[in-house]
Amino acid sequence: MIRSHVLICGGTGCTSSGSVAVREAMAKELELAGLSDEVKIVQTGCFGLCANGPIMIIYPEGTFYSHVKVDDVKEIVEEHLLKGRLVERLLHKETDEGVTETVHSLSDTKFYKKQHRVALRNCGVINPESIDEYIGTDGYQALGKVLTEMKPQEVIDTILASGLRGRGGAGFPTGRKWQFAADQPAGKKYVVCNADEGDPGAFMDRSVLEGDPHAVLEAMAIAGYAIGADEGYIYVRAEYPIAVQRLTIAINQAREYGLLGKDIFGTGFNFDITLRLGAGAFVCGEETALLASIEGKRGEPHPRPPFPAVKGLFGKPTIINNVETLANIAQIINKGADWFASMGTEKSKGTKVFALGGKITNTGLVEIPMGTTLREIIEDIGGGIPNGKKFKAAQTGGPSGGCIPASLIDTPIDYDNLLAIGSMMGSGGLIVMDEDNCMVDIAKFFLEFTVDESCGKCVPCRTGTRRLLEILEKITSGNGEMEDLDKLEELCNYIKSTSLCGLGQTAPNPVVSTLRYFRDEYIAHIVDKKCPAGVCKKLLHYHIDAEKCRGCTACARQCPTNAISGAVRTPHTIDPAKCIKCGACMATCKFGAIYKQ
Amino acid sequence: MKSLAELAAIRDKMKNKVALREESGETRIVVGMATCGIAAGARPVLSTFVEEVDKAGLNGSVAVTQTGCIGLCRYEPIVEVLRAGEEKVTYIKMTPEKALEVMEKHIKGGKPVVEYTIGNIEK
Ligand SMILES: Cc1cc2nc3c(=O)[nH]c(=O)nc-3n(C[C@H](O)[C@H](O)[C@H](O)COP(=O)(O)O)c2cc1C
Ligand code: SF4
Ligand code: SF4
Ligand code: SF4
Ligand code: FES
Ligand code: FES
Repeated sequence: MIRSHVLICGGTGCTSSGSVAVREAMAKELELAGLSDEVKIVQTGCFGLCANGPIMIIYPEGTFYSHVKVDDVKEIVEEHLLKGRLVERLLHKETDEGVTETVHSLSDTKFYKKQHRVALRNCGVINPESIDEYIGTDGYQALGKVLTEMKPQEVIDTILASGLRGRGGAGFPTGRKWQFAADQPAGKKYVVCNADEGDPGAFMDRSVLEGDPHAVLEAMAIAGYAIGADEGYIYVRAEYPIAVQRLTIAINQAREYGLLGKDIFGTGFNFDITLRLGAGAFVCGEETALLASIEGKRGEPHPRPPFPAVKGLFGKPTIINNVETLANIAQIINKGADWFASMGTEKSKGTKVFALGGKITNTGLVEIPMGTTLREIIEDIGGGIPNGKKFKAAQTGGPSGGCIPASLIDTPIDYDNLLAIGSMMGSGGLIVMDEDNCMVDIAKFFLEFTVDESCGKCVPCRTGTRRLLEILEKITSGNGEMEDLDKLEELCNYIKSTSLCGLGQTAPNPVVSTLRYFRDEYIAHIVDKKCPAGVCKKLLHYHIDAEKCRGCTACARQCPTNAISGAVRTPHTIDPAKCIKCGACMATCKFGAIYKQ
Repeated sequence: MKSLAELAAIRDKMKNKVALREESGETRIVVGMATCGIAAGARPVLSTFVEEVDKAGLNGSVAVTQTGCIGLCRYEPIVEVLRAGEEKVTYIKMTPEKALEVMEKHIKGGKPVVEYTIGNIEK
């Protein structure tokens, strides 16, 4: 008889920090201790605290162990599982305002407390490779309900009333999208799940696929019923091997149970799903490019209209929804549109998952009600900025988005507020920056990404983004002129208004928004030839403070280019013409006499 | 899957199992399982509780856990029952048979089995 469940994270983060070996060791130790019949090991999806992996949670106590290594397993079995004593040293530690506290259970962490898990409700709770566990948490109830109790139009009306908007970036109302496709004449139609997730730093969709794949399958079948489609495709990036494997298992299990296939629940409704692996080009996440890619053509965007809802996959009416969008569907059906609409702001309902990264104490996945302020995300959930540094800005929307400066930290996060301040929701990357980040450099980083990822089909995007990047490079290497700022703005407007697809249309956003909020930093680079954050290497110079220098000669001996000169026991100096800015001298000086500026 | 009834059957079977992972257990049965507790026979007591809770389909509301040394070795096996809004009840010198009785009268019936509690024996 099972009395305890040991949940071990099998998400990508924890798998790479060694959770598979921990799981195997646990199975072995349980066997040795004779506990195999009492304690069950459950492999789960991501808990959202990947930086602390491998993560292990032991129920019924809910004890939360982090950074669990193979060598720790024996102790956990002997102490916790056999004798019921917590292994204190492995309990998760949480740092808050410099005070480190030991946390006993996951739900006690500040990281979890303000979160509201809807799309991620099963991630880290059920075994994603077990359809029974999904059913045990009310899985496939919603599909049963729509097939037996609701007309397709009622399904669409429910989704409309819930206020759900697409989580893939643009925030288009999901119910409206379904309505368009449903209104097309009956015949072949398709449901496509966009699981291409190409934003650098984003992994919310991956976590849903890995942690709760059946939620996506169930939602696709519901969508199929609503619009009159009997076939679905999931377009998932090949770089997500664990997600691909779990989806494959899930599809097979659903077919075995007759939850996909013909005559589902004996209602005569047919629906099946095929997986398509994407090669990972960012532009393939754009819906028209994605459809072309499924059709086996080059993944290039096409002009809209016609919209996919009218003429999509293989020329047939098609709806395309993002993974996280779909992860909300079954719960809206089960709990009602009102329940969903009760969360969030007036025009943005429900929750949003963010991948929190950058200069923040708790990196990881967080799901919050729409309307939560950036301050709550950063200070409460994220645990603040490490090393006592100051918050400078947050970047949302990845290469299509923009920065939110510290002065706007109390902005409630929703689609419309983000647009109004020049950023966007995007798919949910949230990168936190502190005073050590140079905003011009950040703009350059995203531009480098878009230049690489532009498919080259249209000129403004292909050539325009390259020109933007050149100007940014000129500025960060100290050769910028004030006219460059006007040129940047002009070029941004031109690219925005003339590019064919969303990639080009949004590519200038990182430049526009940093120019808007951090113009003084651009000016410092151009006029003073200085990088205030000390990032842009070409604008940095190493100096020796004559007051502090003891003339020990240590630095001069380290310098690879003999740029440092000076007699013993007299202050040394650096020749900027010879210095290659390797930093070796600064690391060597025991007296802190060398600084860069 | 040809009917909703089939789905409901799987759900009911699994719900209980997954419910073990919820922390909301309104009732907690804590069994002392340090060295002396195990020596004194705490293990069969623990198993009895786990089995009975499962049999009664109470996994969602009753959590059976162990704890280390309670500090009362001579009274082992010790079982504490904590129910939301009620005072903690400590049972001592437990056996599987007594566990069955506690299960019926206290966990299901809501009335502590006073004769096995520590207060009663210390008197
Ligand atoms: C360059 C580019 C990349 C995109 N990448 C993704 C992506 O990775 N995942 C995604 O769901 N949507 C992506 N989109 C948005 C899709 O085109 C589409 O709007 C979305 O999948 C619709 O689903 P939703 O309404 O559920 O959000 C991208 C758009 C552009 C322009
Ligand atoms: S805007 Fe860029 S990515 Fe989009 S079609 Fe044009 S060149 Fe390709
Ligand atoms: S290592 Fe520091 S103290 Fe020594 S010579 Fe160099 S700068 Fe001066
Ligand atoms: S930064 Fe490197 S090259 Fe420049 S002075 Fe120091 S050691 Fe020499
Ligand atoms: S992968 Fe384990 S917590 Fe994210
Ligand atoms: S070891 Fe059992 S009460 Fe102390």
